[in-house]
Amino acid sequence: MTGGLLEIRGVHKSFGLLEALRGVDLTVRPGEVAAVIGPSGSGKSTLLRAINHLEKVDRGFVSLDGELIGYARHGNTLRELTEREILRRRTRIGFVFQNFNLFPHLTVLENVVEAPIYAQGRPRAEAEAEARELLARVGLADRADARPRQLSGGQQQRVAIARALALRPAVVLFDEPTSALDPELVGEVLGVIKELAGTGTTLVVVTHEVGFAREIADTVVFMDEGVVVEQGPPDAVLDNPASDRTRAFLEKVL
Amino acid sequence: MSADLAEGESRLLYPPPGLPPGGDGPAQAGPADEDLRVVAARHPGRWIATAVVGVLLAMVVSSLVTNDRWEWDVVARYLTWPSILEGAWATVRLTATASVVGFALGTVLALMRLSRSPLLQAVSWAYTWVFRSVPLLLQLLLWYNLAYLYPVLSLGIPFGPEFLFFDTLDLIDKFWAAILGLGLSQAAYSAEIVRAGILGVDQGQHEAAASLGIPRHRQVRRIILPQAMRSIVPTAVNEVIGLLKGTSIVYVLAYGELFYIVSVIYGRNGRVVPLLIVAAIWYLALTTLITVVQYYVERHYAKGALRTLPPTPVQRVRWEIQVGWSRLTGAPVPDGVPPAFAARVRVGRWVAPRGGAA
Ligand SMILES: Nc1ncnc2c1ncn2[C@@H]1O[C@H](COP(=O)(O)OP(=O)(O)O)[C@@H](O)[C@H]1O
Ligand SMILES: [Mg+2]
Repeated sequence: MTGGLLEIRGVHKSFGLLEALRGVDLTVRPGEVAAVIGPSGSGKSTLLRAINHLEKVDRGFVSLDGELIGYARHGNTLRELTEREILRRRTRIGFVFQNFNLFPHLTVLENVVEAPIYAQGRPRAEAEAEARELLARVGLADRADARPRQLSGGQQQRVAIARALALRPAVVLFDEPTSALDPELVGEVLGVIKELAGTGTTLVVVTHEVGFAREIADTVVFMDEGVVVEQGPPDAVLDNPASDRTRAFLEKVL
Repeated sequence: MSADLAEGESRLLYPPPGLPPGGDGPAQAGPADEDLRVVAARHPGRWIATAVVGVLLAMVVSSLVTNDRWEWDVVARYLTWPSILEGAWATVRLTATASVVGFALGTVLALMRLSRSPLLQAVSWAYTWVFRSVPLLLQLLLWYNLAYLYPVLSLGIPFGPEFLFFDTLDLIDKFWAAILGLGLSQAAYSAEIVRAGILGVDQGQHEAAASLGIPRHRQVRRIILPQAMRSIVPTAVNEVIGLLKGTSIVYVLAYGELFYIVSVIYGRNGRVVPLLIVAAIWYLALTTLITVVQYYVERHYAKGALRTLPPTPVQRVRWEIQVGWSRLTGAPVPDGVPPAFAARVRVGRWVAPRGGAA
């Protein structure tokens, strides 16, 4: 898998009077692992959702390998794409939710093959073979026929990761993938993400686990009040933060 | 004493190896662990209530049997009378067709209402408003009189040429007037039920489906609706049962459904009460059938919502017999019987407390 180049330029997003994002700029290079940290309500989830066009931005744009996510560019105008076209472009981006959001009425295997077959039009046999490989990779080869509610939280999140990877995405976005888990289950999910970090796929991981961010990230991004306050290599941002806001946040979480 | 008893009880439950259970009599030999029985709690209140209800029930049954004005012989004769059977069958056809029309259109209306187009939303809203407001009886008569408004119906290009013509009276006979009346008004109610069901599905499910790029129609059909069905089905079955009974209103069109047939027969022979009983028995039977179907449909959509499905009544009866049989004969419980079930059956057995302390 080859990673995509993610470019976020001047992104603004408001909910009513509340400005959740106020001009976010960020570049994530192909194969890079970016860990996004920041206080609750700072706009981390909104940023991930804007990247995936689950949230339409008010100003600015997000592009993946030069291709705008929700829009087509004609000179200086951005024209919003049809839903069908947006859905197609979204298959290049995997999204792993805090609450897994697996489809509870489908088996694990059905969860994983749904998108490759119906969003990407791949043959069922091929999709199933690949799904079983992915399930083996996340350590759940023997649970293919179980339903999500029969699994532990950690297992469910690993299925969700396999489901996101089944699209062969250029970028995978993780929104606090371990914060809905019991402490003893966090490790197994982080392990899977860590393994993924070496494979060349671009990753953007919103996380509370500062130690994990240090371990896997090439870049740590600190967000606060809807802007990127600081970004850089883990030891720079985490050990010698340039901003007082970053330092104050790190003192609280460490 | 009480401390003694508590100690004795706990030892009865978990006898340490080599120690006799129960602290009361050294004469009592210690039974092996597997001989321990679970003793069910007694419920005197429940027994009294059961007795009261039993007496009331006996009174009802006795009056049904001894009061010969019920004319059970007439009831029995007419229960399977050919025209009654035809009427019951017509009622089934009306119910089934109107349910299908009602829920198909209702689903479309619900999706329109949830769509992003203001016009579709408004049309759906207006439809529900009109068809919920006008009495069903009035709607039925209006549909039956459609030919007065439009003697000829035609198919063609909107505002352009028309090429297929139908005589309205031929097209909309009593059956279809009834279906239009029942089905279209049912759609207004079904729309709300389906919409509530869809809204009840976790927002995260919509987002996950969208983030995977699954096409919109597939999101609805494969991801959202099956989950919505869990809350739709019980209410929908209520509606179908309401519709089953509601078909009796069609007798105003003189259409030969169960109630109309019954009223024609008692109009001729004057046996009003027995014939009403005949109709009641048929409605009861058909409702029972729907309830059984409901059980299995609900079970189907419970997949994934529950970790393990509860056994069906058929499985329950089979296991009960198997467990009972092995208790009688001492044969081992067959493999298919879940251990939890076998244990639960055993709980019902009354075993005299040992040791005499109780
Ligand atoms: N759909 C929404 N409607 C209204 N406000 C929202 C919505 N989504 C997020 N917000 C608000 O935007 C701000 C940023 O939220 P979020 O991106 O979830 O923060 P984080 O993920 O960093 O905790 C918060 O104040 C939140 O309440
Ligand atoms: Mg968040």
